[in-house]
Amino acid sequence: MGKRSVVPFGPQHPVLPEPIHLDLVIEDEKIIEAIPSIGFVHRGLESLVDKKNYKEMMYIVERTCGICSFMHGMAYCEAVEDVMDVEVPDRGKYLRTIWSELSRMHSHLLWLGLLADGFGFESLFYQCWRLRESVLDVLELTTGGRCIFSVNKIGGVLKDLDDDMIKAILEAVSKVEVELEAIKKTFLFDYSVESRLKGVGVLTKQQAHDLGCAGPFARGSGLKLDMRLRGYDAYKDLDFEPIVSEDGDGYARCYVRTMEIFQSIDLIRQAISKLPKGDIAVDVKGNPNGEAFVRVEQPRGEAVYYVKGNGTLFLDRMRVRTPTFANLPGLVETLKGAQFADVPLLILAIDPCISCTER
Amino acid sequence: MSELMNFAPVVLKNLFSKPVTKNYPAEPAVYPERSRGHIEIDLETCIMCGLCMRSCPSGSIKVDRPNMTWTINRFDCVQCGYCTVVCPKKSLTINPGYQEPGQEKFEASYTKPQPEVKPEVKAEAKPEENK
Ligand code: SF4
Ligand code: SF4
Repeated sequence: MGKRSVVPFGPQHPVLPEPIHLDLVIEDEKIIEAIPSIGFVHRGLESLVDKKNYKEMMYIVERTCGICSFMHGMAYCEAVEDVMDVEVPDRGKYLRTIWSELSRMHSHLLWLGLLADGFGFESLFYQCWRLRESVLDVLELTTGGRCIFSVNKIGGVLKDLDDDMIKAILEAVSKVEVELEAIKKTFLFDYSVESRLKGVGVLTKQQAHDLGCAGPFARGSGLKLDMRLRGYDAYKDLDFEPIVSEDGDGYARCYVRTMEIFQSIDLIRQAISKLPKGDIAVDVKGNPNGEAFVRVEQPRGEAVYYVKGNGTLFLDRMRVRTPTFANLPGLVETLKGAQFADVPLLILAIDPCISCTER
Repeated sequence: MSELMNFAPVVLKNLFSKPVTKNYPAEPAVYPERSRGHIEIDLETCIMCGLCMRSCPSGSIKVDRPNMTWTINRFDCVQCGYCTVVCPKKSLTINPGYQEPGQEKFEASYTKPQPEVKPEVKAEAKPEENK
């Protein structure tokens, strides 16, 4: 048995985009144990409900995360709408779905780029981000913001899509589809990429289930967990099957996310072809009184929003459970027994978003 | 399953194509119409109700009713657009074009011209006297 030592890892690290700190207990080059600690970017967003009224809070929860921003705002609005018994018009629901799926595309393309950067494939990294740019451009065209859209409101959405915009969205997703098809081969079949991902950080289906993992991380381990199956917004009318891979290694997670981009493209096309006419929002009167619990599928997994109103403008409590928080126990498990050089890749594999974990 | 040279076509295409990025600032950035860049106020219609000040999530607007001034700290504004939604007179609009960076934060103040009845009458009367 070699000598054990503790290597601190993060919160600042060249490969990690997110401030997570891990104490790695290593023996030679092998990880024996990993002890995570977070708390470097806590902002106290949840407690702002005391100071900001429930409509303003929408703009604050949106800033929980810079990537799944739209879905945070949407989940919050849906929770408040649930409390207030507001029914969003169908067109509003479809627009929310379209923007959600565009967000998922840009998030997964970002992740693929970071993964490529993680295993040192710089040109692949830039190719992914180049594709992401066309998604961001169309988001800016339709919402006015590239990452933070500010188009949600309690009762619906603020902006509508006209025919030109719908055409632009369809053109952008077609472009991404064609170009991703070329890059996909590298991610899924390239010898050097496979050697870095295959069999690395295996998490079995049972472990993923017991540790409560969520999102593509859980689906990569064979768990068919996808909150979109709950049928919120327009998902009830759309035809899709969650993408699942049984292997539970880094390659499986990469496969799931790559294929999910194609799935999102398909969902956007379906939603656009069924886009109903009519209002995009309803007026909301009064204040929320009661509590609600909403679960949505974000790019990183399931996010849970809880709100409790007391009949005044200010909510009593708002609670957010983000997917990265659910995936941290799974991450610690995959790190056990891994090689030291694989640590950045394994952390990237859960697509960590620490700033939303700490809110 | 594994193959070599999967990336070669992408690299070759990349080598012989134009850069994807714009040659900024020689080639100016183009913002779409909906781009949320900065807030503009139409003082003609603003009634100085102060609703925008009370609703702004980042607290960047100040409305001084006695002096009829509307002030915004563009460095604090997060371009959420909520003020444009709440304004009862729709005096606020959010337009493309970002605030230029600076070394210090500063505020921009706008004072409402006061078209009261009396000064207008005097102003009209004066030229007549001069004639
Ligand atoms: S809410 Fe509109 S009308 Fe009221 S002070 Fe602000 S800009 Fe003026
Ligand atoms: S856009 Fe948002 S942050 Fe900026 S002044 Fe208006 S309400 Fe405040």
